[in-house]
Amino acid sequence: MKAKVYVTLKNGVLDPQGKAIHHALEALGFSGVNDVRQGKFIELDLADGTADADIDEMCRKLLANTVIENYRVEKA
Amino acid sequence: MKTAVIVFPGSNCDRDMAVALRDATGREPAMVWHRDTELPDVDLVAVPGGFSYGDYLRSGAMAARSPIMRDVIDKAAKGVAVLGVCNGFQILTEAGLLPGALMRNANLSFICRDVDLVVENAQTMFSSRYDQGSTVRIPVAHHDGNYFADEATLDRLEGEGRVVFRYAQACNGSRRDIAGIVNDAGNVLGMMPHPERLIEAEQGGTDGKRLFEGLVAALG
Repeated sequence: MKAKVYVTLKNGVLDPQGKAIHHALEALGFSGVNDVRQGKFIELDLADGTADADIDEMCRKLLANTVIENYRVEKA
Repeated sequence: MKTAVIVFPGSNCDRDMAVALRDATGREPAMVWHRDTELPDVDLVAVPGGFSYGDYLRSGAMAARSPIMRDVIDKAAKGVAVLGVCNGFQILTEAGLLPGALMRNANLSFICRDVDLVVENAQTMFSSRYDQGSTVRIPVAHHDGNYFADEATLDRLEGEGRVVFRYAQACNGSRRDIAGIVNDAGNVLGMMPHPERLIEAEQGGTDGKRLFEGLVAALG
């Protein structure tokens, strides 16, 4: 089974890279972009039956730094 | 004072740190590989700067979970002094030994220059050879030095005198211009500037040397 982990910066945490991307989009002439936040996408190939709690622990212990980041898991 | 320097794949300030410790203590520090599981009997563990594991995932994230760090965390809880510089500071926050996180510099640039630091607390074992409130000049060289913690944590750090060094001028976007902090017990210091790079006059000054002299005074 596969699990997709999306790691994003928490609201209120400044995202300078997102800001730079935003400015670059505007420089390319794209208007109407209100904000850009950059995150990470991590795909895990897991043994069938891996418990949700284990995936959650992987996120909390390593994949996300919960001081600054949120995470969301999608199983496929 | 017996010391050890942890060496990760990608560390690049480990030898500078070893020279600074040897000069200050007159003894050769133990160089401890990240895969080792136990530290030798030491009074101070230094977690050096560099780019451990190529900064994969987040700066310091992989190193913080390496085998030797379990013993560093154990020893820190028992009162052994721990000094983390630059990538070492990032590793100590990722390991949970210090609060907060170090994010990409606000201007996105790698910053490599001398900076003025205000010594906010000269009462720690790391800073006792500096004068309270004085300004010292120490180099920084980092991409991810932008210190972040929530307001409650920042207030607690300030209130408890745990902000040891503060940038005299805004440097990298750090909340409240924080450059270095200690844990609540006072035996773990993390700082982005590199004291080990300023221990001889030939390097442009000796402001970094006093940190190591302070440690020798405190730890013997």
